[in-house]
Amino acid sequence: MIRGRSAVAGIGELPPRRDTGDETVVEMLSRIAALTVRDAGISLRDVDGLVVHDTGAAMGAVMMVEMLGLRANFVDRVGHGGATGTAMVARAAMAVASGMCDTCLCLTASTRRARFTGYPIVDSSPTAEFEEPYGGSGPNYGYAMIAQRYSHEYRLTPEQRALVAVQQRYNACANPDAIFHGQPLTVDDVLSSPMIVDPLHRLEIVLPTGGAAGVLVTTTERAAHLAHKPVPVLGVGEHVSHWSATYAPNLTVSSVKPAADRAFEMAGVGRKDVGLLSVYDCYTITVLLTLEDAGFCDKGTAGRFVEEHDLRWDGDLPVNTHGGQLSYGQSGIAGGMSHVTEAVRQLQGRAPQRTIPDLERAFVHGNGGVMGEQVSLILGTRE
Amino acid sequence: MTERPLPHPSPLTRPFWEGAARRELWMQRCHACGHRVFYPRHLCPVCGGDQLPWERMSGGGTVFTYTVARKPTHPAFAGREPYVIAVVELDEGPKLTTNIVGIPPEDVSIGLRVRAAFEDVGDVTLVQFEPEAT
Ligand SMILES: [Zn+2]
Repeated sequence: MIRGRSAVAGIGELPPRRDTGDETVVEMLSRIAALTVRDAGISLRDVDGLVVHDTGAAMGAVMMVEMLGLRANFVDRVGHGGATGTAMVARAAMAVASGMCDTCLCLTASTRRARFTGYPIVDSSPTAEFEEPYGGSGPNYGYAMIAQRYSHEYRLTPEQRALVAVQQRYNACANPDAIFHGQPLTVDDVLSSPMIVDPLHRLEIVLPTGGAAGVLVTTTERAAHLAHKPVPVLGVGEHVSHWSATYAPNLTVSSVKPAADRAFEMAGVGRKDVGLLSVYDCYTITVLLTLEDAGFCDKGTAGRFVEEHDLRWDGDLPVNTHGGQLSYGQSGIAGGMSHVTEAVRQLQGRAPQRTIPDLERAFVHGNGGVMGEQVSLILGTRE
Repeated sequence: MTERPLPHPSPLTRPFWEGAARRELWMQRCHACGHRVFYPRHLCPVCGGDQLPWERMSGGGTVFTYTVARKPTHPAFAGREPYVIAVVELDEGPKLTTNIVGIPPEDVSIGLRVRAAFEDVGDVTLVQFEPEAT
């Protein structure tokens, strides 16, 4: 699959120095990006893949996408110690051979001070420099600013946002594993919970929990001979556009769209062909944006859409039948994985008390950062 | 008490912070395509150009979006709530994360005309915005 399908086309190098001054790792990575594309005789505009290592900056790989202005179809961060450089090239070769991206930059950089200057405590990222001094820490404020702007551009009422939380809580009440099992919710409950960051109330924001989730992926041939009905991966799509909401290409039209479009195109099915939406829900607004940008309703109509449709497990368009992270709980990274495990459970008919009858396909979606990193999956019951 | 996070200027970003200390707003502009670049970069995120000279901004802009933090977003901000975190769109185009000060949070709205206001904190000068004098 990989052999002969990709080649190294350019290199860049900043020779070793004993002291690199005040320059940060991410700034050095951007310089080496320029040198490398120039060596190959291409422009950064021709690059749609990026592999970096751990930069010490929060979300370093995604921040590099933002800093370089990429619209990347493949982004990864590799942490293989001394083998990182070769592992990065191997990943890029895989990505190119498989068609996930066409041209992939692999970047490495390390800063050095001649004198011991103490252990580095400074997060050398644009976020630390240009957002955190203003209180721009954590994810809440970014999603709140998206919700404010969305409500300014389109019609969305607090009641419509609250409906998402209420219907997912109904689902959680059919899932004994959910942290809020047995605690039904009303729109009034949501809107009378404390305001945390305008316009988002406490019950529109996920509750951090502890837990774990795992998924085993194998060949469909092998899966056919294992204990449960295979769940083929019919489509995948990824799109990364920004880290901070401030620099989003468009604050109210998210990168969910290119990711979902790619997944549906690969699967060769349409939106009407999926019977479950298992989509990332760190906040109520996240679900609404995802419904629109994944193509289940027109732009600007998600508020009306959730009034006209029933998102409960026994409704006409089941969304997050496990309760979503809003009502199931957000166990760190495992929270996002819970959307995959629930979809698999439903497709295998292993979700008692909330079974979607005759389910053939599910749309599973993960969202990272502040709507800037999106990965979609289409899972099914047959190839 | 947790210390307030403050910027640590690098050679790349220093012109921005040096400008702020003089009560001025400076940003880069791509020599090749004219795009105004913020935050500071070595390469233009639109065309990849590597000549990005600094220019002074007027300091005027509008609130693009905002939120009112009713709970602290960081331990160092405890006791300051409610405060406004906003994205301001400068008249020249770039957007930046900031605070809106000099106005009750409930009077802030999207589209509000604002002007850069500077606050010295320790060794640095932060760029905030206040309502434009009418
Ligand atoms: Zn340019």
